[in-house]
Amino acid sequence: MNTTLLVQLLVNGVIVGALYGVVAMCFVLIYKASQVVNFAQGEFVLIGAWACWWLVATLKLPFWLSFPVCLVFMALLGVLVQVIVLRPLIGEPVISIVMVTIGLSIFFQALLKWMFGVFVQPFPQVFETQTVQILGLNVESAYLMSLAISLVIMAGFAYFFKYSRMGLAMRATAFDQQAAQSMGVSVKQVFAISWAISSVVSALAGVVVGLVSGVSASVANVGVKVFPAVIVGGLESIIGGVLGGLIIGLLEGLAQFVDSEYLHVGNLITIAPFYAMLIILLIKPYGLFGTKTIERV
Amino acid sequence: MAGSMRPAGDYRTTYASDRTIFPTSGSFYAVCLGIALLCTGPFFLSSYSLALLIQIGIYGIGALGLNILVGFTGQISLGHAAFFGFGAFTSAYLSSKFAVPVALSIPLAGIVTGLLGVIVGLPAARLKGLYLAIATLASQFVLQDFFSRAQWFTGGAAGASAEPYRLFGLSLSGDQKYLYVVLFHVVVMYVFAANLMRTRDGRAMVAVRDHYLSAEIMGVNLTYYRILAFGISSLYAGVAGALMAHYTSFVSSEAFDLLLSVNFLAMVIIGGLGSVMGSLMGTVFIMVLPEVMQAAVRNIQGLGFAQSSAFTEGLAYLKEMAIGLAIVLFLIFEPDGLAARWRKIRAYWKLYPFSY
Repeated sequence: MNTTLLVQLLVNGVIVGALYGVVAMCFVLIYKASQVVNFAQGEFVLIGAWACWWLVATLKLPFWLSFPVCLVFMALLGVLVQVIVLRPLIGEPVISIVMVTIGLSIFFQALLKWMFGVFVQPFPQVFETQTVQILGLNVESAYLMSLAISLVIMAGFAYFFKYSRMGLAMRATAFDQQAAQSMGVSVKQVFAISWAISSVVSALAGVVVGLVSGVSASVANVGVKVFPAVIVGGLESIIGGVLGGLIIGLLEGLAQFVDSEYLHVGNLITIAPFYAMLIILLIKPYGLFGTKTIERV
Repeated sequence: MAGSMRPAGDYRTTYASDRTIFPTSGSFYAVCLGIALLCTGPFFLSSYSLALLIQIGIYGIGALGLNILVGFTGQISLGHAAFFGFGAFTSAYLSSKFAVPVALSIPLAGIVTGLLGVIVGLPAARLKGLYLAIATLASQFVLQDFFSRAQWFTGGAAGASAEPYRLFGLSLSGDQKYLYVVLFHVVVMYVFAANLMRTRDGRAMVAVRDHYLSAEIMGVNLTYYRILAFGISSLYAGVAGALMAHYTSFVSSEAFDLLLSVNFLAMVIIGGLGSVMGSLMGTVFIMVLPEVMQAAVRNIQGLGFAQSSAFTEGLAYLKEMAIGLAIVLFLIFEPDGLAARWRKIRAYWKLYPFSY
């Protein structure tokens, strides 16, 4: 057994998993606050990546300036999408909400391909060194930054939801919309802000992926990988989303190891998370931390 | 059958008149006339419009299947394209490896795909709403993975070839002859669906959609009907896929991706959830929209301003964007789809000029 390879793949798994976790967190945030399943989450990641790339590569702005500009743009975009597209659909059945976000994702994906082409565009060099050696393993420095950023974001989320006024309002809205509204929480504002936060954090993840492997339409695949992560963790739990992301990342690393060493079937890494998701859905549909709904007539 | 006109207001007093497919004799003759017109199509239509008609027919069958599942039973499926593909591969496999006549292999492929749908639909017994949507998303990826892996069945990356359609030694393969094959299947499948909704089973499905707890209390077996709906919907997808396979005579696993599933859902939603004819309207809309975009781009180019070449280069993306935008706009402004819009237009003219 090739231990070095296994460890390397597992470390990569944790790092990629942390990224999945961050995107899953954004997904859960929107779902918890406004009961919308965002099938366009991957496109938000991609838009963030392209926006930052455009500022850096085409306008030649320095990275420290273009990064915050990109985040502001994403916050506006998130609010805009919520207000224009999702607000008229409040109270519609699940199928409408699912379809409208799928429609958005098709629209954005085609638009981005039209604007930026289909080829991978590398980011101009941002870090001095591309890889660092940790305990004899090669780790991309952008991944290290992503891990650090992920941890900061997670800590920030924890603080935000536990202590800030807006965070409390969001939790109240997630728990019971009507009760929150009658206590003076502006539900509209909560929805808009949850979309803004979610799209900003998605963009962060997108920029990190772009820094490591260049920007292309495949960055949006994270949006599909988010589903196994949130299902494993439970749709309503932010911690569950993070853990689910880590589990799926590790599973991918493991699948890649088993594939390359023993099975040689080729693309086990892409399909393994979905098998895991199907199994979880069959035996424990509400995931590790999700709330089980009880229905009364 | 009732008279040629229906009185304003609801005057139906018997169950038979409530269940009727054609409310007036006029609507029956209109449908017959439409079919007769389509039959004469091959004599004067160009092969391009014939190909478009054939594709509308094929996707229309698939969309109707999805509408039975989503619109009538209220179960969301994001994996319809995988069943469509499975039907295509099954028919190609049966006709080329076992020399089953194509006329027989198409319905057989439908039945096999229906059985697969029952198996894949098993999670539907436990899941609903969002969780079901995500589970069917997973099955879409798993089946797609199976297509690219199962060399013996699908030919792997190279794809599989399907025999041309023959009946009694008569070859029905070109666009002009194949239109009749597709038309025959469309009529059979649509009549079957319209009648299914008049039976006990059809009403039970609608009850599951409308309020599943009440349905269960009324004695409707939820698990049975949810899985049955999956089976029937996959059967439709399988027949449609098989028709597609023998039309293009070549099946490649790449065609049956998530985008096709989404397109099927778009047809159903734009046409109108829970409407048999709506499925066909939605299919026509989704299939004609790219053509309209193409014509629009050609006109923009005719104007000849500086940026016009960007539109021609991005035509493929413009088509996709139009579909995405159509889904979003329909959901916001006309959530009940074209079928509801058509009903409103009819109701307006029936009472004109006193339309309220």
